[in-house]
Amino acid sequence: MSTKLSSPRPGNPQPGDTSNGTGTNVVSAKPVTWRTPVLLTVFGLIALVFFGLLAPHQTASFGISTGEDFFQLPALAVNAFAGGIVLSVLLLGLAAYALFLKTKDRPAPGWLTVTFIVLFVAAFLIWVVGGARTPSISLAGLIAGSVTLAVPLVFGSLSGVLCERVGVVNIAIEGQLLGGAFTAAIVASMTQNPFIGLLAAAVAGAVVSMVLAVFSIKYLVNQIIVGVVLNVLVSGVTGFLFSTVMQEDSDQFNSPPGLDIIEIPVLSSIPIIGPILFRQSLVGYLMYIAVLVVWVGLFKTRWGLRVRAVGEHPQAADTLGINVNATRFWNVTLGGAVAGIGGSFFTLVAIDSFTKEISGGRGFIALAALIFGRWNPIGAFFAALLFGFADNLQSIVTIIGTPVPSQFMAMLPYLVTVLAVAGLVGKSRGPAASGIPYVKG
Amino acid sequence: MVRVLKLELRGITKRFGTLLANDHIDVVVEPGQIHCLLGENGAGKSTLMNVLYGLYEPSEGEILIDDKAVAFRGPGDAMAAGIGMVHQHFMLVPVFSVAENVALGAEPTKAAGFLNLEETRRRIKEISDQYGFDVDPDALVEDLPVGVQQRVEIIKALVRNAKVLILDEPTAVLTPQETDELLDIMRQLKAGGTSIVFISHKLREVKEVSDTITVIRRGKVVGTADPAAPTAELASMMVGRAVSLTLDKAPAQPKEKTFEVRDLTVIASNGQHVVDGLSFDIARGEILAVAGVQGNGQTELTEAILGLQDRVSGSIRLDGKELLGRSVKEVLHAGVGFVPEDRKVDGLVGTFSVAENLVLDLYDKPPFAKGISMSPAKILENAKARIGEFDVRTPSAAAAAGTLSGGNQQKVVMARELSRPLRLFIASQPTRGVDVGSIEFLHRRIVAERDQGTPVMIISTELDEVMELADRIAVIYKGKLVGIVPGGTSRDVLGLMMAGIPPEEHAHTTGQAPAAATASTSDAEGNDHV
Amino acid sequence: MSDKHPPKHAAEEGSSKAHRAAPAAEETAAVVSVDTAGGAMEPSAVPATAQSGQLPGGPDTLLRKIFTGSGMVSVLAVLLALIIGGLLIASTDKQVATTSTYIFARPTDFLAAVWNAVTRSYIALFQGSVFNPRGNSVAAQFAPFMETLTIATPLITAGLGVALAFRAGLFNIGAQGQIIVAGILAAWVGFALHLPLGLHLLLVLVAGVIGGAFWGGLVGLLKARTGAHEVILTIMFNYIALYFLRYLLNTPAFQRPGETNPISPILDPTAVYPQIFGTQYRLHLGFLLAIAATVLVWWLLNRSTVGFEFRAVGANPKAAQTAGINVSRSTILVMAIAGGLAGMSGVAQVAGTEKVLTDGVAATYGFDAITVALLGRSTPWGTFAAGLLFGAFRAGAVQMQIQTGTPIDIVLVVQSLIVLFIAAPPLVRAVFGLNPRRKKPARAAKFRQAATTGGAA
Repeated sequence: MSTKLSSPRPGNPQPGDTSNGTGTNVVSAKPVTWRTPVLLTVFGLIALVFFGLLAPHQTASFGISTGEDFFQLPALAVNAFAGGIVLSVLLLGLAAYALFLKTKDRPAPGWLTVTFIVLFVAAFLIWVVGGARTPSISLAGLIAGSVTLAVPLVFGSLSGVLCERVGVVNIAIEGQLLGGAFTAAIVASMTQNPFIGLLAAAVAGAVVSMVLAVFSIKYLVNQIIVGVVLNVLVSGVTGFLFSTVMQEDSDQFNSPPGLDIIEIPVLSSIPIIGPILFRQSLVGYLMYIAVLVVWVGLFKTRWGLRVRAVGEHPQAADTLGINVNATRFWNVTLGGAVAGIGGSFFTLVAIDSFTKEISGGRGFIALAALIFGRWNPIGAFFAALLFGFADNLQSIVTIIGTPVPSQFMAMLPYLVTVLAVAGLVGKSRGPAASGIPYVKG
Repeated sequence: MVRVLKLELRGITKRFGTLLANDHIDVVVEPGQIHCLLGENGAGKSTLMNVLYGLYEPSEGEILIDDKAVAFRGPGDAMAAGIGMVHQHFMLVPVFSVAENVALGAEPTKAAGFLNLEETRRRIKEISDQYGFDVDPDALVEDLPVGVQQRVEIIKALVRNAKVLILDEPTAVLTPQETDELLDIMRQLKAGGTSIVFISHKLREVKEVSDTITVIRRGKVVGTADPAAPTAELASMMVGRAVSLTLDKAPAQPKEKTFEVRDLTVIASNGQHVVDGLSFDIARGEILAVAGVQGNGQTELTEAILGLQDRVSGSIRLDGKELLGRSVKEVLHAGVGFVPEDRKVDGLVGTFSVAENLVLDLYDKPPFAKGISMSPAKILENAKARIGEFDVRTPSAAAAAGTLSGGNQQKVVMARELSRPLRLFIASQPTRGVDVGSIEFLHRRIVAERDQGTPVMIISTELDEVMELADRIAVIYKGKLVGIVPGGTSRDVLGLMMAGIPPEEHAHTTGQAPAAATASTSDAEGNDHV
Repeated sequence: MSDKHPPKHAAEEGSSKAHRAAPAAEETAAVVSVDTAGGAMEPSAVPATAQSGQLPGGPDTLLRKIFTGSGMVSVLAVLLALIIGGLLIASTDKQVATTSTYIFARPTDFLAAVWNAVTRSYIALFQGSVFNPRGNSVAAQFAPFMETLTIATPLITAGLGVALAFRAGLFNIGAQGQIIVAGILAAWVGFALHLPLGLHLLLVLVAGVIGGAFWGGLVGLLKARTGAHEVILTIMFNYIALYFLRYLLNTPAFQRPGETNPISPILDPTAVYPQIFGTQYRLHLGFLLAIAATVLVWWLLNRSTVGFEFRAVGANPKAAQTAGINVSRSTILVMAIAGGLAGMSGVAQVAGTEKVLTDGVAATYGFDAITVALLGRSTPWGTFAAGLLFGAFRAGAVQMQIQTGTPIDIVLVVQSLIVLFIAAPPLVRAVFGLNPRRKKPARAAKFRQAATTGGAA
């Protein structure tokens, strides 16, 4: 719960408040705060100064096509200074529009914030590349790489969505990813079949989730505690078995056959979009399917309505004959399975063997994506993409040699999340009953 | 189409651990009746209904529908059997639309589990038209007024073809006008063949609408009564002894006015003026009761005085000093004693010991602390004295406050606030959920504080309490002051004022005010408070 | 129990279940002492179920109390975790695998192999953490215990930081980051400044504590001002601190002259903790400071107005606010103090054992601190004891890996299982068949939840 309690001060009543006469029961629109417009202005000015005025006069070049595309587009070349100025002026324009809306007591629409973020990222990218020793990168590669890196994040945050929407906080995403990665590796190695490995990963993630569910639902242990402890437990068990089993005989236990990239003919050759949508591993395709299925499921089906009711007001759901704890149990389990599939990405797609702590804290970035995406599958997907982009940019930045330390790139997802939860990027409201065990009667 | 349904509860017993909440209760609800369960708060009415609705499993006894025993494993079974319930605290998901709330649990679906809310919207419109509800199926529930939310609850039950509708204290949150509308709806439902179990402790409503009354006290049925029976008889059945509400209270001896509120306005986070230009004074040695239906700005008013509200304007002066803009601690130090309306949430720390709760807002002052070092011995000493003085029934001073009964918890809060010299005493719902024995005690203490020359402000939604304690009554409606009237004003006048009609606009009633006032004191509705 | 509730209130309490608090709490309160300002309260944010098992019961015999009390549950939880850890060890043991192939022919071989595998590991663990009989001098025999105390030092102080925040209703998952920031400042003061003996060390300590307090206090500030959830904030702050540290270690200011490795210069001799029992043991002054910190936190929580505020805010922030306690200030202050305590762990690392700054300065102490605080039920001395236990596991695990090849990771498994089991007493009692009668743990927990949801999302 929030303990936002500030000392009282005399406020100014808003003159001419129309809701006034209609009484306490009538709700008027929530007052529009200055926060968003002001913040947009600040970031617009930052962009103007750093990405515009202080930008190097070098030309940044962005490759759009890859050799495999069926038609080639010329590389996009932008003068860093000019590009920075143009984009930051656009950003300031958006900020001004938000300010204008505020004076009319209207909130900034969602598209405005999204456009702002996209343009800001573009300005940032031009600035970074423009300042590099070799001011040229492949945009197509950058984006495709971002999507790849985002795969486990998306699965992890979908797990978070499924759990939190039903009222269980899932801090154990990291453990679910790690459990999935380990199980996928060992099962795929033993069976020499990556598909069985993928299935096993889902089961492993579900098992980790079941522990979370049992302890938090049956034994009413604080969900955050269980989550934190589960991460340690999974890390310990996989680390132990890695040392005792996998390392003893890595041929038999730790050389999983990978899941190949499946190219969809023709479509995969479309520049930029092709590699993103049609040149993925099975896990990558599953990601797109999972995002859509979870979104449609949550908001368009009976199952979703019940799940959300349980997460918002479990007592109400109970009085309507919905079994709250069973709903929670199975949803949390499902969430674990989804995260487990995400974990398999590490050992079946990205790297061809398991190592200790292979998930490397991505479960927590997934958690961040969940919050930044406001508990919505689509939102979480785009947040995960943004974080994957930051991750990818970090390695590219090291290669092309820019003045921005790569560590700051790595820090980005966490900083953005802090801003998000601090309400600077709009108000996030999670499911009302998330984290609160349901006790009948 | 109209399926009548006879409902019988036979020997229902419900235990919570060693507590006996329901003790062999027998009730028969005849088809097409409005059957009232009358009883004090905590008499076990809600527990009984939760058993009937399948939320609790009875420890003993059985439920019969049309003379056949049924076993409900959950609310789903109860609903399938034709029982619907409107809970005292609405069971609506605030962020869902009306249609989503109505559909939940019995969702019309298309293929593959996809929702078909169109069907639900149609049903809502249908029922809405039939009973004259004005409900928009696509409005978000959190945006709806309480009265409309209640209708959504009723629609929920009707959509599920409820033949017996349980209404648990449905009028607690309604204005007198909304209450009358609800009573009309109940009559309409009855005419349409729906039986109603009406749970209440408000005798006026019960007498007006019921066909049969079953009185429950301390978990037992103490008898059935005819709605035509005199109010006093019903009241004494309900509380278990002859009720005399005339508190031995000397007339007030008001001295100088030391507490002044001027143009107080509080703006809620959603921009509403929840308190709107209030002005009043309280003199030393006088009790001013603030009356009104729940949710008309009372909470915000007390919070503003205490310094808990953010957007406040106007002026609050105590002994000539401005309180507005000060911190809670400063306000308390200025000599304000405060009993919050919800003691469990605002008044006590349940896991703290009784002794610690008795110094909850005094812990950092001598003799309990020197600098930042606290003195456990002094705190214990104080606890023993207060426990004795207020007759707090607790196993020890070290017992967690949360383990005490409601009445004893309230005594702890009251003991704490009255244990220091006060310049102003504010008590919000001072006897809500408190047993009869404790109510008298607490009321006497409040009057004693007045007689010591402290200005006292009581906030209560219970007319009985207001009439018993008040020297003057300020009625507020939608955050505005409707008027301030003398203590003896009749409940009819007060009732209209609570609906927002100032006394000058219903002049025909004011003439009989004194007579009505005496009458109402004698036909008391019992010392019972929502 | 029934005598405590006059039948008079029976019906009333029955229907308003929320406020019918568990007699458990009452019982605990009554049992603890008449020292009402002191220990009567259970920690607010510890697992809701920690108390839930002791619900309505008949007359409590002393024996039953011992067997169902929380102390017994803790012991049994440790035992159960060790058993499961043992099974894990046995399951990967070669001898066990061999004997399992003819388990039906000669089951005794199999059982003996299991017993051997487990006991060998655990004996090595014991010898590595408490007493090594093969040491060639008394000093050497006790060397493992000294090592235990050394490793326990940062666990205790960081654990205290987590525990203190718990008591104020806050989940401080951020000890890791607080240790890092403290380590950065302390190390920099230690190697970049050159000051006289005494003053230098003092400054190192102060810098570290301030660093931790700043990093923790920042979370408190953000929470108090914006309502952001501290769990998310602290997790994010851990990573921000880590990447910031990695960045610094790539800058000349933090690198050894002429080197590009991410490792700082060695701290000045004037800037490190003296070793308490001479150079033969690594045990340093930080351990005594950890004891002092434990005493301080105990006093703060149980005997000071500040601690009263923390506990009140943790148990019921609304009531605390109504009683005039400044909840925002408490939130910021408690996070700052918690960060400062974790900062002491950072100092213990750079000035006590490592004497340099690397990106592994916090090891996993910050996360272990959470389990330490939970095992210690968020009481100062409980945390101290839990720190010693986990310190022993850590110290012993190194020996165990050398002697028997059992990987250190087993400690993580045992550690996390202990915490899980302790949080779920009904499970532990069920496993050991100690559930004498049907209970309704749910209701107690619900009451506690009402009071303590404070921090938990």
